[in-house]
Amino acid sequence: MSFQPVRFYQTGTYTVGNRLLDEAQRTVQATVARANSLTSGHRACQGCGEALGARYAMDAAMHATDRQMVVVNATGCLEVFSTPYPETSWQVPWMHSLFGNAPAVATGVAAALRVKGRRNVRVIAQGGDGGTTDIGFGCLSGMFERNDDVLYICYDNEAYMNTGVQRSSATPAAARTATTPAMGPAPGNEFGQGKFLPEIAMAHRIPYVATASVADLRDLEAKVEEATHLRGARYIHVLVPCPLGWGAASSDTIRLARLATESGLFPIFEARFGDVSEARPIRRPVPVDEFLRLQKRFAHLFEPTIDTERIAVIQAQADRNIKRYALLP
Amino acid sequence: MLKQIEGSRAVAEAVALCRPEVICAYPISPQTHIVEALSEMVRTGDIWPCEYINVESEFAALSVAIGASAAGARAYTATASQGLLFMAEAVFNASGLGLPIVMTIANRAIGAPINIWNDHSDSMALRDSGWLQLFAENNQEALDLHIQAFKLAEALSLPVMVCMDGFILTHAYERVDIPSQALVDSYLPPYEPRQLLDPDDPVSIGAMVGPEAFTEVRYLAHARQLQALALIPELALEFSQCFGREAGGLISEYHSEGADTVIVALGSVLGTIKDVVDALRAEGASIGVLAIKTFRPFPLDAVREALAQAKRVVVIERSFAIGQGGIVADSLRKALAGLHIPTHTVVAGLGGRPITTVSLERLFRTALAGALASLSFLDLDQGAVDRVLAHEREVRRSGPLANRMVQEIARASVRIE
Repeated sequence: MSFQPVRFYQTGTYTVGNRLLDEAQRTVQATVARANSLTSGHRACQGCGEALGARYAMDAAMHATDRQMVVVNATGCLEVFSTPYPETSWQVPWMHSLFGNAPAVATGVAAALRVKGRRNVRVIAQGGDGGTTDIGFGCLSGMFERNDDVLYICYDNEAYMNTGVQRSSATPAAARTATTPAMGPAPGNEFGQGKFLPEIAMAHRIPYVATASVADLRDLEAKVEEATHLRGARYIHVLVPCPLGWGAASSDTIRLARLATESGLFPIFEARFGDVSEARPIRRPVPVDEFLRLQKRFAHLFEPTIDTERIAVIQAQADRNIKRYALLP
Repeated sequence: MLKQIEGSRAVAEAVALCRPEVICAYPISPQTHIVEALSEMVRTGDIWPCEYINVESEFAALSVAIGASAAGARAYTATASQGLLFMAEAVFNASGLGLPIVMTIANRAIGAPINIWNDHSDSMALRDSGWLQLFAENNQEALDLHIQAFKLAEALSLPVMVCMDGFILTHAYERVDIPSQALVDSYLPPYEPRQLLDPDDPVSIGAMVGPEAFTEVRYLAHARQLQALALIPELALEFSQCFGREAGGLISEYHSEGADTVIVALGSVLGTIKDVVDALRAEGASIGVLAIKTFRPFPLDAVREALAQAKRVVVIERSFAIGQGGIVADSLRKALAGLHIPTHTVVAGLGGRPITTVSLERLFRTALAGALASLSFLDLDQGAVDRVLAHEREVRRSGPLANRMVQEIARASVRIE
């Protein structure tokens, strides 16, 4: 199998090349000879956070496993934009079956590899927030409960973006989607906790749970690498802003991911066997407004008048995260 | 080796002899005894190497089999009724992806009203899912069909359902001959996947296909399934040469040659039918039986040839398409197109109602007299139905249909003959 040469241009830049770091600390992305799971030319939108997150996660896994890996993919944007027959963007053995069964299919792959004595081949399943927190949740919980040897990565863009931006159980409060329109006395998604799957995963007491975002790709790579070296059920939840669904500029994807974490709305942490082992402190705290204002899905909170009450509730949610995970020293 | 054992145990031992590498299942009656036995055999090391995966639903059970099969393992699961419906989405996926999974269906009715007893509603509901469907007449055949099913599935790279009547076969103790491992090994080679998730030779399985190719993909799936019409008789012949007994095939005939009236059926009811036919033939009646062993792909040509000389055909069906009528009869009418042979549908044994020799004999005599309606229901309590219909007309809010029906049947003290 010959691999397509890497044709991305970031190599050697501050962004991903880590050229300010010592040679030993640089990641696989810093070299032309890096692993390359997802080739260029796929059909993701400009500024797609999921394409970026998936490529970095899979590249890191390829590097960590020395390409001895199998990927199972749930239905969603990632599957659709990367495999329009007869083309495929994947350089790893890759399989799509259904929207809701990626964790179970991955369990089957892992079982087959065990029987075949191929313990060195690692299994990774991936899906969006709809496939993970909603329709695939039963299979995912089953996979966690059995502690199957699968790393599941969820790319969370906080709604069903592939079908035209409808609410998922990961859609944040007040967000406008096609099924939670900005109409009526309380426009947008109804207020509530939603499902924060990393904490539900932790409740299964699996060996490893982590959150990450595309704002810190080095951190994402490190977590994938860490998870790849462990056995049993592992879960990584990656925040991947969607320019189309969030109503944001394509150039703001990284910025939005960073604001989500710096505001406390999306805490970055790791947990082992159900207990938080490390949380990433907020470097420059920002109010939630800065995150919300950049997105059309929250426009109704600012126009025609500023909805201070609802923004305060969102701020309170962020503050609770900051307290719970001790994100400010 | 001859053993007096339960049908489920016989199937489990047959599956074990086929050296499955991944077994996954979710419990549902009347399938449970099969997977209980298999879990035990995996745990004791009698099946090795093999992974037994306990899953959280039937949807997950078949999904695990899909992953295992794509990663190169011989995969097996079993289900019934609501379980098959719950895994329906994955059922279509397994065949669309061309994965040679073998699944036992311990046939059972579908609710509502909930009913755990036997009929063929479950596998018939998934008849167009792209799986091959084989129907067992007795426990020996159920065992034998599983051995053939793995070979058939892997030769075509298509999944196979082996359908056996729930409780009637799964829970019946019969004498069955369990072949030796060496014999099964000589018939069934190890699984060689056509497509494989292999890091050393990466492929993408399950890419999205648009309008420009989807029709062609479906056409090819059809063409591939039709190959089974030639392969199944070959495998059945090879099986009989190897194991010394007949099992499977597309159809089998019993005194049907030259018979004016031919009874068509599939599954365990065939035994009862043959007994009644024997009695009627002893009286000189011109009556025979055609057993359909392979329902998907439907053996149109073989059926047409077998029934071409018949004066009338009676199909005994253990399933029923609401608003339509008989399911098997529809396929049969297609096979007999242009031959002008009257085809009667008799819906029988729904939800576990016994199909007795007394009722069948009365039915066949009606058919021989040329007095059978085109669609009828064996042992239907017409009085109870009429009373409920009247009640529905007269009283605006009738309760749940099944409750009303049970009340009506009890009130009139009508015994089902």
